[in-house]
Amino acid sequence: MVKTNKKASAGKRGDSVRSDCYFEIELKSSGGIKLDIKSKVQSMYGESIKEMILDMSKFFGLKDAKILCEDSGALPFVMAARFELAVKRLFPDNKKEYLLPFNKKNLYSTKKDQLRRSRLYLPGNEPKFFVNAGLHSPDGIILDLEDSVAPTEKDAAQLLVRNALRSVDFYNAERMVRINQLPKGLDDLKYIIPHNVNLILVPKCESAEQIQQLEKEVEKLRKQHKVQNPIYFMPIIESALGVIKAFEIASASTNNCALAIGLEDYTADIGTQRTNEGRESIFARQMLINAAKAAGIQAIDTVFSDVSDMEALRQSVLEAKSLGFEGKGCIHPRQIQVVHEAFAPTSEEIEKAKKIVDAFNEAEKKGLGVVSLGSKMIDPPVVKRAQRILSLIKGN
Amino acid sequence: MKLIKNAAGRLVPTEVNGLQQIPFKGVNKYKPTGLKAKPKIKTCIDYPTDGNKVVKDLKTALKKAGLKDGMTISTHHHLRNGDAVTNMLFDVVKEMGIKNIRWFPSASFPVHSHLIKYLEDGTIHHIEGSMNGPLGKFTTEGKMKGVGVLRSHGGRYQSIQDGEVHIDIAVIAAPTADPFGNSTGDRGKSACGLIGFALGDSEYADKVIVVTDNLVPFPCVPWQIQGNNVDYVVEVETLGDPAKIVSGTTEVTKSPDRLLIAEYVAQFLDEAGIMKNGFSFQAGAGGTTLAFAVYLKERMKKKNVKARFIRGGSTKYLVQMLEEGLTDYILDGQTFDLEGVRSMRENAGHVNTSPFTSYNFHGKGNFASIVDAAVLGATEVDVNFNANVVTHSDGYLLHGIGGWQNCLYSKCTILAIPTFRDRIPVIVDEVTTLCGPGELIDVIATERGLCINPKRKDLLKAMKDSSIPIIDIKELKKEIDIICGGAPAKPKVNKEKVVAIIKWVDGTVLDSVFQVEK
Repeated sequence: MVKTNKKASAGKRGDSVRSDCYFEIELKSSGGIKLDIKSKVQSMYGESIKEMILDMSKFFGLKDAKILCEDSGALPFVMAARFELAVKRLFPDNKKEYLLPFNKKNLYSTKKDQLRRSRLYLPGNEPKFFVNAGLHSPDGIILDLEDSVAPTEKDAAQLLVRNALRSVDFYNAERMVRINQLPKGLDDLKYIIPHNVNLILVPKCESAEQIQQLEKEVEKLRKQHKVQNPIYFMPIIESALGVIKAFEIASASTNNCALAIGLEDYTADIGTQRTNEGRESIFARQMLINAAKAAGIQAIDTVFSDVSDMEALRQSVLEAKSLGFEGKGCIHPRQIQVVHEAFAPTSEEIEKAKKIVDAFNEAEKKGLGVVSLGSKMIDPPVVKRAQRILSLIKGN
Repeated sequence: MKLIKNAAGRLVPTEVNGLQQIPFKGVNKYKPTGLKAKPKIKTCIDYPTDGNKVVKDLKTALKKAGLKDGMTISTHHHLRNGDAVTNMLFDVVKEMGIKNIRWFPSASFPVHSHLIKYLEDGTIHHIEGSMNGPLGKFTTEGKMKGVGVLRSHGGRYQSIQDGEVHIDIAVIAAPTADPFGNSTGDRGKSACGLIGFALGDSEYADKVIVVTDNLVPFPCVPWQIQGNNVDYVVEVETLGDPAKIVSGTTEVTKSPDRLLIAEYVAQFLDEAGIMKNGFSFQAGAGGTTLAFAVYLKERMKKKNVKARFIRGGSTKYLVQMLEEGLTDYILDGQTFDLEGVRSMRENAGHVNTSPFTSYNFHGKGNFASIVDAAVLGATEVDVNFNANVVTHSDGYLLHGIGGWQNCLYSKCTILAIPTFRDRIPVIVDEVTTLCGPGELIDVIATERGLCINPKRKDLLKAMKDSSIPIIDIKELKKEIDIICGGAPAKPKVNKEKVVAIIKWVDGTVLDSVFQVEK
């Protein structure tokens, strides 16, 4: 082990901090491990915190050190991530990973065409939001390593997200991570691929090569860690160039399951302001929908950022749905239900879908090649859409 | 101190502060007999015929009232954390060199940490009421001379009525009063809404002092406290900090998890068939219960359901329901925001109540048991549905009981709580302090779903097809222990040293709080 620093810190401290902790490790030349633990849950978990810190110290080979822990009620997976970070900041070459046992409820995989109506963004370095996010029943939970994480805390978020993927129950939501913009995002992969991530969001995507590069790296790690479950990609288009290249990006990998649009960056890129009406992005959105559908994948809309206005959110989702989008980004759990309701098929749509699917089943039973309803002939994409609508009601 | 096991299996002392105690015998198992306490006979000829009972200052009033060592002084928590009167009162008591006062507040607030120095120097012997925040810490660390006694609002009235507590001097802070002593809380610069918590004190105390910062000519109408029960009136510059007496405005929680809990509770009331025309519910002013009222209102509007009455803790949210015709009445126990105060003043459907009408154990019935559903909080709940509201899992006293115990008598009691706070599990194997027996608690509503008391087969049946997860409380506890990294250790306490006792609504001792070892 090469010592580069005598002292390092990690995590968060202060009166306003909740469900997090702060570590300071100072290396000494003698005296063994000296612990100074100040915990809000001292009487309940003081002993187990002490045991865990000693165990981690042993694991990382710390022999003589002064360790300060200021704990504001951090759960074990958070504490482990913060401690490991302090160690890694002391010894950047130390490749050991302190992994907590995998939560058995987290071993599920997802399907390429499953419902992705709502995806809830969680800042990757804010553990207090992680644990209960799944209770709000989003279709997907995104642990974000990109824009919501300060540049100086990228290393912290990587470890925290890795631990969360292993320990936090997502309650069957699709387990998504937004990595950093490529190529920097490639460095994030080793923290997520071996830990059963279901889907990777690729921000600011502008070319097919980026997706291919990602695919190569993901495949390498999958083999290395014997990962069986599928891992899907959702490239996010956030620039004028990205919009122009949308189809090429959408069809760059069979692992692509959806194409999403990010309008904050896009509107900045084309030199305008984002409005509620969205006239400035109509071309980009339609282009993206068309590209996604041409490539046979889902088209997913941007986030809705006004968390206080649920009616505007509803209108925005209805508009997105009418354009052909199948999902919307959420930044607050309260938005999820509204999004699901707005994406839900109307009773007329359901009635019609039932009739079409019935006619299809009937035709199939009779061995007919052509499906017809009344005097109208029904094409396979229409049947598929009707089936999808019916599966949506089940999803609700 | 001799401790015995009561009917709830908790260790309780048989004697506290020199008084014999009756251990808890079970819910509805204890009925004292005999006569109620009797206030002394008074004659009007001892009082000024012109009705002017105003004296120069608080010190004069206390002297005239005959304040002596070892007496009991009562105060009330209408002014909440804005209260300057209680602190001023004990400054005077200290100045007079009086010792060993039993302080009998209806509740204490962090502003009363001012009194710690008087607990230390022997001016105050002990507190019977609630020991919140810093006073709770002081008490739990074993620093109080006597043993604290915690009672519910109803239990406070019970103890006055059956003579368990005799009040020598009641000091009532009144936002508006006349020289005769008629008082109200619904107007004046320090308006707090209702001052009903002082009602029993005004009737039973030997001497009653009204302190006001808004003295109006006789008569102060309508009055909440009758001047006929008042001995002296003192005018002061200010009763306290209006901003801390009532919130300018109360707000629902923004926490998504708590909103989810609130939504579940509203959905439960609807699906369990409780929310129907003519129903009633109790809602407090906590962020979660406020949000519950908002969600319930949406459902009531959608289904065109109207309540007969709402018991509260009134806030602007309940006032809106009253004004929109979603309830005939608000039966107000205390008023939490300015909208509540205004409504109480202006709306005949916004009715003043007191612990006597709402909670009293020695009354011929009380309102609490008539309520269809009460939504309450708790610091801990155990797998047998027993609940704690006064201590946290670290063993420290932090909250009072308030009307909580009394409200458990509603037809359906729902505790709306998160399953854990930071890393502190709220669902535990055994509560640190028992405040409410599980047999009175019907539903635990959490962000993970509802736990329904197995005794309530009717509710289990009504909710079996609900979209809300219905969870076995033992399974939920397991899940929480996994999240938090194992079951929490119990606080280290000195089992020889009781620092406070928890009274049940009937005056028996339900549990003890022990000194926490640092």
